[in-house]
Amino acid sequence: MTDVATHRRTGAPRVGESAPRPDGVAKVQGRFAFSSDLFAENLLWGQTIRSPHAHARIIDIDIREALSLPGVHAVLTADDVPGELHYGLEHQDQPVLAADVVRYFGEPVALVAADHPETARRAAAAVVVSYEPLTPLVDSALAAQADPIHPDGNVLRTLTIRHGDLDATAAVVVEGTYEVGMQDQAFMGPESGMALPSADGGVELFVSTQWLHADRRQVAGCLGLPEDMVRITLAGVGGAFGAREDLSLHVHLCLLSQHTGRPVKMVYRRPESFVGHVHRHPARMWYRHHADTDGTLVKVEARLLLDGGAYASSSLAVIANATCFAAGPYRVPHADIEGTVVRTNNPPCGAMRGFGAVQSCFAHEAQMDKLAAALALDPVELRRRNALATGDTLVTGQVITGAAPVAEVIDACASHPLPDLAAVDEQPMMHRPGGAGRTADAHHVRRATGFALGFKNLLFSEGFDDYSSAVCRLENGAVTITCACAEVGQGFVTLAQQIAREELGIDEIVLAPAETATVGSAGSTSASRQSWMSGGAVQAACRAVRGRVLQQVARRRGVALDGLVLRDGIIESLDGSVRVDLADAVDGPIEETAEYHHRPTQPLDENGQGDAHVSFAFAAHRAVVDVDPELGLVRVHDMTTAQDVGRVLNPLQAIGQIEGGTAQGVGLAVMEELIVEDGIIKNRSFTDYLIPTTLDMPTVRIAALIEEPEPDAPFGAKGIGEPPTISSTPAIVAALRAATGLELTRVPVRPQDIALPRS
Amino acid sequence: MSNVVVPTTLDEALALLAADPQLSPLAGGTDFMVEVNHGARRPVRVLALRAVAELRGWRRDGDVLVIGAGCTYVSMADPAFAVAAPALAQAARTIGSPQIRNVGTIGGNLATASPAGDTLPVLMALGARVEVASTEGTRTLAVDELITGVKRTVLHPAELITSVRIPVARGPQEFCKIGTRNAMVISAAGIAVVLDREAHTVGCGLGSVTAAPVRATDAETFAAEAIDWSTLRAGAGTTERFGTLAADAATPIDDHRSTAAYRRHAIGVMARRALERCLS
Repeated sequence: MTDVATHRRTGAPRVGESAPRPDGVAKVQGRFAFSSDLFAENLLWGQTIRSPHAHARIIDIDIREALSLPGVHAVLTADDVPGELHYGLEHQDQPVLAADVVRYFGEPVALVAADHPETARRAAAAVVVSYEPLTPLVDSALAAQADPIHPDGNVLRTLTIRHGDLDATAAVVVEGTYEVGMQDQAFMGPESGMALPSADGGVELFVSTQWLHADRRQVAGCLGLPEDMVRITLAGVGGAFGAREDLSLHVHLCLLSQHTGRPVKMVYRRPESFVGHVHRHPARMWYRHHADTDGTLVKVEARLLLDGGAYASSSLAVIANATCFAAGPYRVPHADIEGTVVRTNNPPCGAMRGFGAVQSCFAHEAQMDKLAAALALDPVELRRRNALATGDTLVTGQVITGAAPVAEVIDACASHPLPDLAAVDEQPMMHRPGGAGRTADAHHVRRATGFALGFKNLLFSEGFDDYSSAVCRLENGAVTITCACAEVGQGFVTLAQQIAREELGIDEIVLAPAETATVGSAGSTSASRQSWMSGGAVQAACRAVRGRVLQQVARRRGVALDGLVLRDGIIESLDGSVRVDLADAVDGPIEETAEYHHRPTQPLDENGQGDAHVSFAFAAHRAVVDVDPELGLVRVHDMTTAQDVGRVLNPLQAIGQIEGGTAQGVGLAVMEELIVEDGIIKNRSFTDYLIPTTLDMPTVRIAALIEEPEPDAPFGAKGIGEPPTISSTPAIVAALRAATGLELTRVPVRPQDIALPRS
Repeated sequence: MSNVVVPTTLDEALALLAADPQLSPLAGGTDFMVEVNHGARRPVRVLALRAVAELRGWRRDGDVLVIGAGCTYVSMADPAFAVAAPALAQAARTIGSPQIRNVGTIGGNLATASPAGDTLPVLMALGARVEVASTEGTRTLAVDELITGVKRTVLHPAELITSVRIPVARGPQEFCKIGTRNAMVISAAGIAVVLDREAHTVGCGLGSVTAAPVRATDAETFAAEAIDWSTLRAGAGTTERFGTLAADAATPIDDHRSTAAYRRHAIGVMARRALERCLS
């Protein structure tokens, strides 16, 4: 041991400081390796044969011609699946390859591997599948009564919340029916990955995903292999937003690789990607609000119907969120709410940013505006009067014990200076509704504002034992963190380093690749949970290492353990007798593994009551929109937001999350929808599935990030990613209603909904 | 021989095309390559036109603007071009993204013959003449003679579009289009209105609302008579009536991009607004 005299702090960002992404420049310059860039010697290319029908019986699959093509190495069907024939996140109901019946347009039926992607495509076209088309069940309202399209039935889940006096009513009652279309996550990087056979007969899979260990469990089951013979490594992810929680090509790649003994790669093209992942559930919602004349909410009644599509995916949890948060972030003493998610022959729906809360927020916020109008009360004031606070009870009977600065969020957003509401004349034509299309002159444009409030749970709910694992290894003064947390853009790559620096006082932190062989599950990168859960695991592992280091130093130097501190890479004793560089303080490596669990939650009972959720996050948006009412065209001029974040861990990333989440909310409000006719998606391309361009996105102004620490959470931080997606859409539609006087009960709002409201 | 040939002269290109019926001409590739990537087109051999100097750029020939078939949208958005052909410049600026405008060409827009081709309503309103060449000679066609239906033209396999001739602007012109986002969107409805102050004529071309390019001739005739050409003013109700007549010329369809009713409505509104902008 040598004593040292200088502190070693390079200025690398710690918790609370802005940390730029290490891969940011590479992504901008096109040098980042995405999962579509994987390569191995002797590579084969996989291709999926998919159903052209939304519902049909498979009569026969003839693979002979495809198999005879030069360069084709495998053609596989359901008969070739060695293990479990079905997989699923919560409910194992989705076939790896359809065997007897196809239940949605684009369902995988067979697989091909060939030595060139074009050969694989031609071979796929040569597989002859004979179908007997069946009538597709495409109307979610008919699903419960219709003949089952799956052995497990058509009703995936009904959740009933009965809270307080179901007969309660009040002086003012408003009622409405609302609808949300099918949104897509629209990530840029299509599904892609590569599987390689390993020497022990197992398989190595490189894939872009959100939860490596859940993938491993499902893949191993379908391959009939023990889990430790399936090794999954995260490949470069080009966005996720929920669409990579379910398996897509994972099992398919491994089947082809196991069958051929060669590396196999697949990259979906965009039209295939649009049928290759789940979407946001379309929703139909009926609401009735009861309030006193002073605006105090008395009762909320709601009936929610979500279309889950052909397979369960995460529908069971999505409907729980939609139902639990159906009344909004308000004190509601009496509630009668029922949410149902059904199976249809429409595209399967599952996780997407906001996860059920997006749908009900659109409805409850429209209702709050309707109620404000009926009461002749300012809509912001109505929300303020009913806003939840710590200690209040949700309609599920759960008392909020954590931070709930809802009034602060409302006030910060609503009091932020408005843009000039009369400045339409001064804008270039390009910035008016219609944009580059040059349709609007200034006098055609009306400007109006709208306000909305939203919330959702953080982390997994309803009794799920959720955890994350991390390993911290100190060796020769360098620290390596290993965690299977999938980095999908949310910022764990910087956060893990920031936390380790904070806990160990060492600036040089290496984050090892995320994979299944070296560390336990980190859980899913979803539910705004990784900063809390994997952040908590990294923190605990680092603290365990720190504890062992200090113990060793205390023992060797004969000083009291509680007299030692570790700061900026230096261990010092309070009496000044010890001052040693962490790099020199210990012999040999020190490694500690930590598993972080959040506090347990409970299932909901038959009345939908229970402490089902860990924590909640709240956000408000105020939208200023420009509308050309005659043409029905819209440009969102300004989005101002305030959000309950607990504590900001990385300000740069926090802003990025809020801007990105708001952009997806803008998209759902005015353009993003998968058009599905008779079960067939009509717009399977970015030519026709429109997402906002820079001309559609306003500047997002953050009025405030409310930092009231969450008692349970590491560093007091709440997840940030989802709330911006929840309240942004209803705020925009509220502004559109204010500008046009129309009811606008459906999103996305289409030009014809404004220009020709009765057609 | 190579799968891709890259001639540098028009004669060479035409000779190659005459000799090889399986040679597919490739201009900017913004439609062609998308079709290839989606497996909708499997070209045997490709004639890349990028290096043919005669097809590039544009020039003024007296009262006529001669636009090479290989003239890109970004070239048409040039301020000097915009003075001579304001509506075409406006249309060019609305097409796709900067990457698309850097390579997409007017010849490609014509040959692709999509109802949503954004230059087509302008070329119709202007009465453009399209020059088509082969080793056998040249012929000149109006846009609605060239394009006969959705993605259908009368071009022979050995023919290339070489240039487009339009009159230099002699009055105000307007182009507008609608899509459900504010940029980089395929048109759901588009319109061009062109006033000729010397000939006292009005041209009105419609986009995305008919299978093949059309002019709203009733609207054109009505406006030409209603406008006081010395002052560029018109009586009350003129622009509204013009809009109604333009909408009557549309025969739109319902599809995943819009509805027929909205498209017709939008044509009426855009026609009215475009004429309002043209009048003083």
